[in-house]
Amino acid sequence: MKQIMLNYITMSKKVYIGCGAGFAGDRYDASIPIVEDFKSINEPKYLMFEVLAERTLAIAQQYRINDASKGYSPYLDYYINPILQDCLEHKIKIISNMGAANPFGAAKRIIEIAKEKKIRKPKIAIVQGDDILNYMSEKDILNSPTMEGLDIKNTKITAANVYLGAFPIANALKKDVDIVIVGRSVDSALALGPLIYEFNWNASDLKMLSSGTICGHLLECGAQVTGAYFADPGFKDVPDLYNVGFPIAEFHENGDFLISKPKNTGGLVNKATITEQLLYETHNPNQYIVPDVVADMSELNLIEEEPNKVLVKGAVGHKKPDLLKATICSESGFMGEAEMSYAGPNALQRAKLAIEVIEKRIQKIGLQGKTRFDIIGAGSVHFSSSEENTYNNELDGDYRIRSAGFFENKEDAEQFVAETYSLYCSGPSAGGGARTSITKETSTASILIDRNIVEPQIKIEII
Amino acid sequence: MLHKIKLPVHSIAHGRAGDKGDVSNVSLIAYNKFGWENIRENATEDIVLSIFKHLGATSVKRYELPNLMALNFVVQNALGGGVNSSLRLDRHGKTLSSYLLYHLILNVSLDMMPNNSPYREKFK
Repeated sequence: MKQIMLNYITMSKKVYIGCGAGFAGDRYDASIPIVEDFKSINEPKYLMFEVLAERTLAIAQQYRINDASKGYSPYLDYYINPILQDCLEHKIKIISNMGAANPFGAAKRIIEIAKEKKIRKPKIAIVQGDDILNYMSEKDILNSPTMEGLDIKNTKITAANVYLGAFPIANALKKDVDIVIVGRSVDSALALGPLIYEFNWNASDLKMLSSGTICGHLLECGAQVTGAYFADPGFKDVPDLYNVGFPIAEFHENGDFLISKPKNTGGLVNKATITEQLLYETHNPNQYIVPDVVADMSELNLIEEEPNKVLVKGAVGHKKPDLLKATICSESGFMGEAEMSYAGPNALQRAKLAIEVIEKRIQKIGLQGKTRFDIIGAGSVHFSSSEENTYNNELDGDYRIRSAGFFENKEDAEQFVAETYSLYCSGPSAGGGARTSITKETSTASILIDRNIVEPQIKIEII
Repeated sequence: MLHKIKLPVHSIAHGRAGDKGDVSNVSLIAYNKFGWENIRENATEDIVLSIFKHLGATSVKRYELPNLMALNFVVQNALGGGVNSSLRLDRHGKTLSSYLLYHLILNVSLDMMPNNSPYREKFK
């Protein structure tokens, strides 16, 4: 009753956006508590899933080449299955980049899932136009200067996609759909799109576009804003991390928004968790560039309204960029990786001897490739090579050697990891627990494209 | 004047690291305004560069967000080539925030710390 009264007094529109996944490997059941909360909300409500990492698209393209019906997120079923029926019944619209290299295929699969569940067929919009190979020549792409200063002229492109903004998603929502599926778009657009649609913003509403972008940026990594990736026991304690609630934004007509999490979940939302996520993957906080606006965080204010509910206000926006960023993926050989443990008396010396054995063997065989060796437990992630470590030089202990190398051919990568595996019988005393892996590598470079080349190519299709 | 001792910045601030290509960004966020004054004055670009130099870092740019009592350091070339070409176990440099929090040593007083900080023991 109190809530109804408040709404009556303020009479302002609110839009709710929950984020059910923040990366390609996120929890499949994270969206369920958000959907449960949304069932009792009557304002417009959206559920976003961000599942497309920078290089995921190259892998997705390969799936599509092998099977024309594939190339969308391989985890689509896991994310969609638990919530599709509730979302359709309670008017919770789904916005996701699960389309990857094949948004049409993703939409078809969702319709199949609905059929399997014997529920109504969802109306789905797909946004296309991010795949620049459809309208730019490979030659033009390869000759473009890269933002990293890398020369890509002689590489083999496996995917080339431009980051689209939020207006195509907003336009798709005008078609009265249940779900919008995109391929490559900026992650924050998954939230900004619905906000543009609901509040009827246009391209010159810079403050609003900026606030919506910052809201999307806070949501796009899922639980990274609600206490996950934050916990530091004794220093930054987070209740029930195993059951962390994924974020919900309540966006107000004036551009302010609240970040919270669903009822009956663990996690933590406060100024500290919000600030950590705000600066995550941010460079200049005054110039957070997305296709629709240049967002400015310098005047932001965070106010803890109640436990686990923080008000974010004060976004400033600047004119959108003329150029859009595209990611070019290309093949870059194979990585071989192998590990082996040494523990107990004199373990560090045995681990060092193991690495010496591998290095000399590689030399003897004549394997060509860039390699690296670490001793996990004596200093690994904080140093550029195992020689530099300063963390732990105790001889006794529990150490794990790690060898990693890049090779042009798979055979060489296999030979490389075999040199760690063979330590079982041919290495120092008492090595155990060897693991090896070979990964096909994709490298990426970024180029900038005039938005006037991209925008006419954006198409919305309804299925 | 409160008694000060040298402690890792972890005692008065927290942070998170992110990556884009071979560029890492590491935030440093104070727990309160006293800690903020300290990091604002003493967590300089030069000191942060010296802390990441062994990883190959070539330059550091610092951004300030006084409203949020936060600094953001953008570190060039500290990721061994970045997620594309790095052979490091942590290709994204996600663990670099913990490296900065431990290796940046500042003069710290009790008022800069959260009430429940285990570092308070050091003042006894």
